[in-house]
Amino acid sequence: MTLEDLQELSEKEQLRQAEKKHRILYCSAAGCASCGSDKIGAVLKAKIKEHGLEKECEVVGTGCLGLCGEGPLVKLQSDQTLYQNVDVQAAEQIIESHIVKNLPVTAKKVDTTQPFFISQTKIVLENCGEINSESIDEYIGVRGYEALAKVVNEMQPAEVIEEIRKSGLRGRGGAGYSTGLKWGIVSKAHGEQKYVVCNADEGDPGAFMDRSVLEGDPHRVLEGMAIAGYAVGATQGYVYCRAEYPLAIERLKLAIKLAEKMGMLGNRILESQFNFRIDIRIGAGAFVCGEETALLQSIEGKRGNPKPRPPYPSEKGLWGMPTLINNVETFANIAPIIRNGSEWFAGIGTEKSKGTKVFALAGNIRNTGLIEVPMGIPLRKIIFDIGGGTPEGTEFKAAQTGGPSGGCIPKDHLDLPVDYESLSKVGSIMGSGGMIVMDSTSKMVDVAKFFMQFCMDESCGKCIPCRVGTRHIYGLLDKISKKKATQDDMVLLQELCTMVKETSLCGLGQSAPNPVLSTLRFFRNEYEELLQPVEIYQGEPGVVADFEK
Amino acid sequence: MAVKTLTINGEQYSAQEGESILSVARQHNIPIPTLCHLEGLSTVGACRLCVVQIEGIPRLLPACTTKVEEGMVIQTANERLNKYRRMIVALLASEGNHVCAVCVANNHCELQDLAYSVGLVRVRYPYLFPNKQLDATHKDYVMDHNRCVLCTRCVRVCDEVEGAHVWDVAGRGINSEIITGLDYSWGNSQTCTECGKCVMVCPTGALFEKGVTVSEMEKKKGFLKYIITARQKKEWVSIGNE
Amino acid sequence: MIQTEKQQHPSGDNRFKLLDRAITKHQARGDALIEVLHVAQGIFGFLENDLLIYVAHALKLPLSKVYGVATFYHFFNLKPNGEHTFVLCMGTACYVKGAERIQSALEEHHQCKFGQTTKDNKVSFITARCVGSCGLAPVAVLDNAVVGKLTPDESIKKVEQLKNTLREVVS
Repeated sequence: MTLEDLQELSEKEQLRQAEKKHRILYCSAAGCASCGSDKIGAVLKAKIKEHGLEKECEVVGTGCLGLCGEGPLVKLQSDQTLYQNVDVQAAEQIIESHIVKNLPVTAKKVDTTQPFFISQTKIVLENCGEINSESIDEYIGVRGYEALAKVVNEMQPAEVIEEIRKSGLRGRGGAGYSTGLKWGIVSKAHGEQKYVVCNADEGDPGAFMDRSVLEGDPHRVLEGMAIAGYAVGATQGYVYCRAEYPLAIERLKLAIKLAEKMGMLGNRILESQFNFRIDIRIGAGAFVCGEETALLQSIEGKRGNPKPRPPYPSEKGLWGMPTLINNVETFANIAPIIRNGSEWFAGIGTEKSKGTKVFALAGNIRNTGLIEVPMGIPLRKIIFDIGGGTPEGTEFKAAQTGGPSGGCIPKDHLDLPVDYESLSKVGSIMGSGGMIVMDSTSKMVDVAKFFMQFCMDESCGKCIPCRVGTRHIYGLLDKISKKKATQDDMVLLQELCTMVKETSLCGLGQSAPNPVLSTLRFFRNEYEELLQPVEIYQGEPGVVADFEK
Repeated sequence: MAVKTLTINGEQYSAQEGESILSVARQHNIPIPTLCHLEGLSTVGACRLCVVQIEGIPRLLPACTTKVEEGMVIQTANERLNKYRRMIVALLASEGNHVCAVCVANNHCELQDLAYSVGLVRVRYPYLFPNKQLDATHKDYVMDHNRCVLCTRCVRVCDEVEGAHVWDVAGRGINSEIITGLDYSWGNSQTCTECGKCVMVCPTGALFEKGVTVSEMEKKKGFLKYIITARQKKEWVSIGNE
Repeated sequence: MIQTEKQQHPSGDNRFKLLDRAITKHQARGDALIEVLHVAQGIFGFLENDLLIYVAHALKLPLSKVYGVATFYHFFNLKPNGEHTFVLCMGTACYVKGAERIQSALEEHHQCKFGQTTKDNKVSFITARCVGSCGLAPVAVLDNAVVGKLTPDESIKKVEQLKNTLREVVS
């Protein structure tokens, strides 16, 4: 297949779709699937058949349509009507009324002029909920694999890296390291074999962005990985996906098979000299494997114990070879950057944080679901415009970003622009994109305890500060929440948090105290209200170490 | 090999490229406490006792795994580092069931020595008093998990030097434990060669010889250097004992 | 190859043939341990010691290493689950929406802690770290079906239904 063939195929697919009077899309991603969207899809198909409309209408299962809290969702691509909470009866009505008689079913119709829909900027999610994620033709129809074809046939690896560097794209996995610089390091590193790894071990509780991308637009990630492979000189890629995402794994497997068949992956990709294979590795339930050195250990079939850096994986990674690790969302940004140019991408976002960020909005908020916004958007806009604010009768208290490694952002900071630097200034992190909204019913000490229990359970146990430190921090938080602690315990808590943060081996331990530190910073009064005055509470006396010789 | 110059605690030193900060410090008698590190075994950077402060790097880095670089300015001890080291030993003390007065390794214990050297006098964390087992099924040796600090020296010496890989770590986090085989008792292990290397490299009284009583278990670690030198250089040097 | 396919597996349990196929696919490489354990658990339901020994020998790995890996990853079960599983999501979104209340209600009603199986071996209560359906919080996975927007009362009812489905199947 050449670039011309690809474009021809793309036009053919576009024509095929244009010939349809209606494309009826139903969300078949995990969120809606768990509300029975497969059944809705079957009903829609049966009804179309019943009315003999198979030629002019097609029913397509797509990726996430965004408004996950109101699933199952059905969308008519022709006039962009979106239906929510679609049950069997509503599905029948959609066909009988909207399709046959051209009368929309008003009861289930979603107002798509509300900010949730119009305030978003979609790059990563541009195809999510627009195409059939199980069809490579539909991906090609939206100019899929065009960027790869351009790269392998017309660009030098150094040019690709320069283009990515100029775009200002930063890693979407959390730390925000410049993607172009990382690629440059791997391309310059020496090794007989190099690897490209996609981190799809989305372990943050409350985050489902990567899952939605993999389920809704898997080819985009594969294309990004292949471009990366070409740029850094790797011939083998791995997607490390968590086992909790069976649907994403299934779709990925299918996508790899289809791409290999079409010559987008494998040997002599798109008739160039470039070879690149992608295999899937399935995680097994360990949050620490989101840490890159632990992830590599896990791919090698070992316990997911992180290793000290340096050496960084870009120099010594998988089996000691230079390895490029980026997360799903980072790879998903690559093809559009190549297709539209780095300047286009650099024009979106802020000075230091370019492009968009996908967030999984959840918790006590009206519109829960998947959103994509330009970097630098004020937090207030995300929560009150797009998210619709907290439900009736409750008041916004804090937004938690970055999962167990992040922090809580209080009301006073609602005007904070959402970018890497601003978030870290208030003690949180961008993280992978989970955003949980809490209202007045959430007790911050309990929230901190919840995250600390998570980190304690997920600590690999290799280094002492994280293994034992998180256990003691959890114990102290438990003591405070049970009103048994004194001011002394607060001192101990603060000291331990700083120590664990500064001495732990890997990112998990170094960021585990963040939820405690950030709640201490903004909600200290909630801790202090629970403390016992020293005179009343007779705690156990400090134990003298028994190291007598 | 290129020579690198670096500054440690205000003094200038030169070192070979590829050397670790710890190795340079040891050559010049600059004390840096260590626990998981043992000359002759692979480095894992797990105990975090050897963390040092390097100018221009916000994170603290372990001296055992960090390679020297030209112009590095290193602090191996200061108030902050000393405090963290004390806290790490205190965490270890609270994690296991360490009672020196009745321990076979009393006076010959690296954990005990560490507590003294970092100046630990009082453990402010509640003791966790874990329910740990003692495995006395082996004919020559005993494993007392109560005294184990999970340094994994036994795991590494068995794998890297003896080549049997009898030991490994099971579970994770605070529930991690050293195991033999499929968590069998040690005596049932079909792969153990009974060489006793694990016993000798163990820093505490967790692994000891049967029949010894309080303060009698002295660990002789000189064999490690002897074997490694013999393997790598085909030279059989006199066996030191440190 | 074709001949061995027809023969019974030497162990007498033909499920091992499926496992062998997975091991061969990975060329019996030690670094495929996690992949092979996934397959083994998929076939046998849980990883008992004999199975771990079989895998260790096939991949030429030390027993302690295999056991270390199997106990490190929470996805692997070394003990069999009850007839049904109730997996409660404890992700942040579910936590904020009251998953803890569901947990304590179920624990009290069934006198069975999460992480354990009821005495009649009917239901295993398990917590998960986020099943990624945060829009529907609080969420539980009953056997293989995801159920969202749960309340404590509702979850007690759902567990009873779980038990009953079994009775119908048996009778």
